Amino acid sequence: MTSLQFVWFILIGVLFSGFFFLDGFDFGVGMLVKSFAKNTAERDVVIRTIGPHWDGNEVWLITAGGAMFASFPMWYATLFSGYYLILFLILAALIFRGVSFEFRANMQTDTWRNFWEWAATIGSFCAAFLFGMLFTSMIAGMPIDKNGDMTAHFTDYVNLFSLVGGVAVTVLCLVHGLNFIRLKTEGSLRDRALAWNKILYPVLFAGEVLFAVLLYFSTDFFDKKPLSTTAIVVALVIVTCLAYWGVLGNHEWLSFIGSGLGLVSVVVLIFNGLFPRVMIANNPAYSLLIKNSSNSPYTLHLMTILTFSILPIVLIYFIWSYWVFYKRLASPKQDA
Amino acid sequence: MLNLGLDILGLARFQFGMTTVFHFFFVPFSIGLAFVVAVMETMYAIKGDKDYKKMAQFWGKMFLYSFAVGVVTGIIQEFQFGMNWSEYSRFMGDIFGAPLAIEALAAFFLESTFIGMWMFTWDRFNKWVHTLFIWLVMFGSSLSALWILAANSFMQNPLGYIINAKTGHVQMVSFGKVVGNPQLWNEFPHVIFGAFVTASFVIAGCCAWRLLKKDHVTFYRKSLNVALVIGLIFSLGSIASGDMQSRYLINNQPMKFSAMEGLYKDSTNKGEWSAIAGFDTKQHKTTWSVDVPYVLNLLSYHKTTGTIKGMNTINKEMHAKYDKKFGSDMNYYVPTKTLFWSFRIMSGAGALFALLAIVGLIFNRKKSQAIMKQRWFLYILGLCLWLPFIVNTAGWFITEFGRYPWIVYGLLTIADAVSPNVSVASLLTTNIVYFLMFAGMGVVMIVLCHRVLKSGPDDELTDGYASGDTDLDPYSKGAFNHD
Repeated sequence: MTSLQFVWFILIGVLFSGFFFLDGFDFGVGMLVKSFAKNTAERDVVIRTIGPHWDGNEVWLITAGGAMFASFPMWYATLFSGYYLILFLILAALIFRGVSFEFRANMQTDTWRNFWEWAATIGSFCAAFLFGMLFTSMIAGMPIDKNGDMTAHFTDYVNLFSLVGGVAVTVLCLVHGLNFIRLKTEGSLRDRALAWNKILYPVLFAGEVLFAVLLYFSTDFFDKKPLSTTAIVVALVIVTCLAYWGVLGNHEWLSFIGSGLGLVSVVVLIFNGLFPRVMIANNPAYSLLIKNSSNSPYTLHLMTILTFSILPIVLIYFIWSYWVFYKRLASPKQDA
Repeated sequence: MLNLGLDILGLARFQFGMTTVFHFFFVPFSIGLAFVVAVMETMYAIKGDKDYKKMAQFWGKMFLYSFAVGVVTGIIQEFQFGMNWSEYSRFMGDIFGAPLAIEALAAFFLESTFIGMWMFTWDRFNKWVHTLFIWLVMFGSSLSALWILAANSFMQNPLGYIINAKTGHVQMVSFGKVVGNPQLWNEFPHVIFGAFVTASFVIAGCCAWRLLKKDHVTFYRKSLNVALVIGLIFSLGSIASGDMQSRYLINNQPMKFSAMEGLYKDSTNKGEWSAIAGFDTKQHKTTWSVDVPYVLNLLSYHKTTGTIKGMNTINKEMHAKYDKKFGSDMNYYVPTKTLFWSFRIMSGAGALFALLAIVGLIFNRKKSQAIMKQRWFLYILGLCLWLPFIVNTAGWFITEFGRYPWIVYGLLTIADAVSPNVSVASLLTTNIVYFLMFAGMGVVMIVLCHRVLKSGPDDELTDGYASGDTDLDPYSKGAFNHD
């Protein structure tokens, strides 16, 4: 493995971390459109919290996908063709929720507004859950052949471990979304988000513990890297505790950063466990490795220069755009 | 599984075609609208005329819908390479991934961030700064077109690569050559100009329908003027760049060029050009045609003499060139009828757009009322709002069908590129669901745009659009103003 290959493995991890941190809360907010927000006025505010940001957040996914293609095309080809149906469902979910925000705002009848609100809610739930399921089943190992083609059966990606993984990621996104709403709104919505998280955090803890136990039985992470895997699992629990403490003591930033880092630690856990592989085959001989799945040194070198010169500029205006919309949104009056 | 005569290859091709065509309804529309809206807002910034601000906001609404649909269908495009074309991804990863990643990094972030800024900050920034936002969106979306076309150009005309002896995959040796590909610099202006034409004629068409109803006459006449000026400039630009692009094909993709002109046999020095023709694609011959002398040479070489190789000759040449590697049972003929007619639709429409723009601008002179009286013209203009979408599709039909049987010209066939591990059932399901989703989104788009038109330029009631800070609580903790 060359150092450039290593850099790109890390960079893909960074891009997925960015994606989960950012789209994590807008998936969460999307899930809350129907249940948490009680009426049209509240839904307007809840959606407006992510209004200027959701598509920028989704670009992190597109960039991660593109970067994977540009650095590890064998990984990209195996993962995307192998997870065909799951990715298809994810795409459908992303499409429905993506257009729902713009379309909903312009619907004139309650029926159609209701339709797009459900699209936002269900789309967000499915996207988060399916991403969780995809990555969980990926680290458990999949039937991959010599050519790198994966032909998985239903039970390969739908099993107890992947379901728990899916639910855990969903709940993480949900609490992350609520923490975001606490930061971005004022009044009854802010209070309600706090109250909801007081209930949801214990559920999340249970999910994380169950996930860690199944991780032990379903993957080789604890065998191959006992120390680092344990450390990251502990880190996950610690940041979740900090976030929960932020809920109990009403420290909003602490909660938000905590839930975001929770999602990031899941990504770190996955990438740490994968290393030096990128796809784990049931037959270890067929696992895709960092060293034989990447592009040529020329392309990696080129991409490194380009990425390290463009990404900092992107980060500057990306962060600036959040700062511009820093202001809290007021909750609608109760009689609204 | 029922045997419906469906195979992975056919279904994967259909899916790619369908998603690309649908995606490309919205891409040029968005790029073009961003440009037109940016021009309108700039005019507002310069002149201070509130009508131009209203225009930018009004047509900007359509831009936002189109952008949303373009974004979500674009994700399908990106994922599709890995999902349906995994062998292609493995073969082309070294070249194709780079522009795709740069597109996301350099263009998508720019677009998506500044579109959010533009949408929600009408009253918060100085008008010049706010105008800058829409120009950045426009710049970002053009940049994204550039990068994806860089990838496409390699598929049409591979440059700057070697074949890796061990893996058999392409390997980049010169990024400069990949980006400097002449195919790209012929293709890019044509696509961008086409996008500007698309938006201006959709706007012109919408204006025409409203003017027929005598609705907001001043507003729509002013909008019409902006649209037609832009439409005229860039339809001429499209014609010129299209000419460059098609002449580039004569040497680079002769089969595509000859199919566009319906030439099975080599042309004579007289340069007879078939305006219309019928073909027997099984026997590889032209059954009837209406010919005009010299035009073919004028189009091809800008002079009256010269000859063009016919498809039958080219087919033989290609067999001689590729049989060793790909076997002798390859079929190098491209779908002739599709290319021939698509080319005629595209070039005919290009000329029509220029003509309509000139006539429209004459009728719509400031002091004249001609535009209101020439109702026939408004009807034509109104109908023509659908034409750009057909034309864009025709253009891509030529480019992509004309590449047959290659996915990467001369290097990889379409048949060898498909994912081997995806089932017919999966592909059939996804095709059906995508189709239904696209149809649904298309209908909603049309309904929404129609509603925007009906509610008129004075209606500002949307999702906080243009409303700035009105829904914010000024007394909230942590609220502060950055202006």
